[in-house]
Amino acid sequence: MTSVNELPAVKNGRENWTPLMELAVREVFEMMLGCQLEVPQITVDGSFDATSMVGLAGKLCGILTFSCGAESAALMASKLLRVQVVEGSRVVLDALGEVCNMVAGNFKNKIAGLGDGCMLSVPTVITGKNFSMHSLADSAAIEVRLLFESMPIVISLRTRS
Amino acid sequence: MPIRVLIIDDSSVMRKIVERSLRQAGIDLSQVFEAANGASAMTVLQDNPVDLILCDINMPVMDGRQFIKQLPGVANATDVPVVMITTEGSESHVVQALSCGARGYIRKPSTPDQVREQVMPVLVGKR
Repeated sequence: MTSVNELPAVKNGRENWTPLMELAVREVFEMMLGCQLEVPQITVDGSFDATSMVGLAGKLCGILTFSCGAESAALMASKLLRVQVVEGSRVVLDALGEVCNMVAGNFKNKIAGLGDGCMLSVPTVITGKNFSMHSLADSAAIEVRLLFESMPIVISLRTRS
Repeated sequence: MPIRVLIIDDSSVMRKIVERSLRQAGIDLSQVFEAANGASAMTVLQDNPVDLILCDINMPVMDGRQFIKQLPGVANATDVPVVMITTEGSESHVVQALSCGARGYIRKPSTPDQVREQVMPVLVGKR
């Protein structure tokens, strides 16, 4: 299998991954939730109640995480399903997982040569703030910080070559 | 004319999202059936004829490709059009799905217009 570093289209375009990630996130929110995301004017708090993770394997190996607060997770689920949902309920966690899954899929489909050779795992959602994540990724994380209805969200991609 | 639809996805949230997308696309749904995988969908179809099937590709037990291949053997569903719906949006995935017998392909995320573009020709062709 060709690793990410042997794939020219992937390697050469890496400097464009941050804007591509931001575009992928924005498209998911515009198309599926019907809302625009904003760029925060100040540094956003990095402590969140809910983190969804999707693994990538194949030509690109790594993990994509989507972090937000409990209130924004519930609002995302409500907008996604067009119904009121209870904060912390199972449907909120499932919706957060699906949002992360769509972001990961949309992002990889934007990178030439990656769509066919990169598979996504089932999403996993962690609730609570008191956890540490240890990844075997060996490159700097790509991070996108945006505001959803004035609440911060952080999307991060850590990859291993 | 209202249609009966079967939505197959292992995520209950995604099944609701797909139903909502169809309604947003202006498609009139008279009945909505759901199944968590291809095998469950076979059971649903035995008792419930439908006009359209929307199906995820990657699912446990029986995935979307296996489901489409077995669909001609289901009495109620021999001519029912299947539209695949998934995040796996590469060209080869589209070709694979269509070669299995799918009549359309919707990528997630998608706008109501994109959903309509894929679903309406399939329904018109069926009538």
